[in-house]
Amino acid sequence: MTMIFGYPLPALLSQLLIGLINGSFYAMLSLGLAVIFGMLRVINFAHGAQYMLGAFFAWFLLRYFEVGYWPSLILAPLGVALISVVLEKVFLSRVYKLDHLYGLLLTFGLALIIEGMFRHWYGTSGQPYSIPSVFTGALNLGFMILPIYRGWVIVASLVICLATWLLIEKTQFGAYLRAATENPTLVQSFGVNVPRLLTLTYALGAGLAALAGVLAAPIYQVSPLMGQNIIIVVFAVVVIGGMGSILGAVVTGYMLGLVEGLTKVFYPEASSTVIFVIMVVVLLLRPAGLFGKE
Amino acid sequence: MTEPLLEVKGLQAWYGESHVLHGVDLTVHKGETVTLLGRNGAGKTTTLKSIIGVIRKRQGQISLKGTNILPLPLHHVAKRGLGYVPEERGIFASLDVHENLMLPPKVAEGGFSLDEIYTLFPNLAERRRSQGTKLSGGEQQMLAIARILRTGADVLLLDEPTEGLAPVIVQRIGDVIRALKEKGMTILLVEQNFRFARRVADRFYVMEDGHMIDSFRADELAGRMDSLHETLGL
Ligand SMILES: Nc1ncnc2c1ncn2[C@@H]1O[C@H](COP(=O)(O)OP(=O)(O)OP(=O)(O)O)[C@@H](O)[C@H]1O
Ligand SMILES: [Mg+2]
Repeated sequence: MTMIFGYPLPALLSQLLIGLINGSFYAMLSLGLAVIFGMLRVINFAHGAQYMLGAFFAWFLLRYFEVGYWPSLILAPLGVALISVVLEKVFLSRVYKLDHLYGLLLTFGLALIIEGMFRHWYGTSGQPYSIPSVFTGALNLGFMILPIYRGWVIVASLVICLATWLLIEKTQFGAYLRAATENPTLVQSFGVNVPRLLTLTYALGAGLAALAGVLAAPIYQVSPLMGQNIIIVVFAVVVIGGMGSILGAVVTGYMLGLVEGLTKVFYPEASSTVIFVIMVVVLLLRPAGLFGKE
Repeated sequence: MTEPLLEVKGLQAWYGESHVLHGVDLTVHKGETVTLLGRNGAGKTTTLKSIIGVIRKRQGQISLKGTNILPLPLHHVAKRGLGYVPEERGIFASLDVHENLMLPPKVAEGGFSLDEIYTLFPNLAERRRSQGTKLSGGEQQMLAIARILRTGADVLLLDEPTEGLAPVIVQRIGDVIRALKEKGMTILLVEQNFRFARRVADRFYVMEDGHMIDSFRADELAGRMDSLHETLGL
């Protein structure tokens, strides 16, 4: 058997693949956070709750309306985006003029309320969500058996990240976003409805979280705690990548997923803390993050 | 004379607690170029910002084409044909030249086409893929004016377009403003360089400490030179 640094190659590759799957979720979630932060200057602590809501939305649709995975992939993000429009209009839009801290506290409060309600209704145990039939089964890659659904998650997340990047870098809507990030008042004086742009951006970021939630449902089960578990890691990813950097968020997301996977092979005890160690080091050496502007 | 296109009456404005405009009156008729003169800190920029609505703490009346625009949300004002080129130009660093140019939405028919703009400003055409803020000061000023021309706005507020620019560029901007006049644009121009202003202006207003202290026609300028030199401290 091929060995690398004394470890069997198949074990290494399969941990890398698992890392890539986790990284796919880190990337999608930190992307949404970066989009929201770039434009609204709000650190959206409700992001984990919105991810969880996306998964629950899909679960409700399946359980009560027999609406399956594919429609849910569109309907759940739309539903969560709509809820987020209301949250932005009723709550968030009132704190933009205040210190960033208020946005963080507000969204933190919203996350506690939303997650608290779901915990009250559904307890802490997860609800299963079955894998769509086209993706059942597994692929024998030689070094490991890859469940097809997980392969799909990697592909889907790459497509989602690329599409979001194109939206922001190559479209007129994206040009409004980038310009309004620099000087919202001037953009508004040109006749662009900037308050609505802020609402749409928040909805877009939340919708991305929900989409990640639907993708996650068949893998991790649908549980009120699923957002809490992942969101702290995702915040670390955003800090490491650099607040507000779209590209930074995506690249760092995948990269840290891989690093976590590698750590599981070489030093399993540290696999759940390695990201935070990196965060501390980055904060010390390059506080603006790997991709942030100094 | 026709109905004024832009009429400002008793305009007051504040930055926080600090009261900066104390009742400014001015009118601009269709097709006119009107120049606002005044020393540094007289309140010229504040007047333009209050008209477009970038400054929200205001009182008085601002009527554009017969509607009071003061209560309107900022993004509704541009749609009535008011284009604003700020003193600091406001070119976006995260957008390239072409994206900067295409940023403001069209507000009316009759704006300059992209071809016309690139003919009028060949420098911009050459550098269309450069980052907006990598342009020279003069090019940025051209870009700031050009992007408003695209929108079809017919009333322009230009805040010191010649500030800090070399004489050749100033000349060029003078040509552009005269071309706009010929197209029938209505222009309210803030300028300290009145050698430049006299080439384009039909009328002048003079501001001091947030008040209008004088106004006169272009042909009266020669007789006012001495008093102007004194008020403007030139
Ligand atoms: N953001 C601000 N906050 C507080 N006061 C301000 C602000 N901007 C301008 N002022 C004050 O308002 C007054 C008028 O300023 P304004 O910028 O309108 O002058 P200006 O005539 O355009 O001068 P300049 O020729 O230097 O551009 C000045 O006393 C200035 O100090
Ligand atoms: Mg000024």
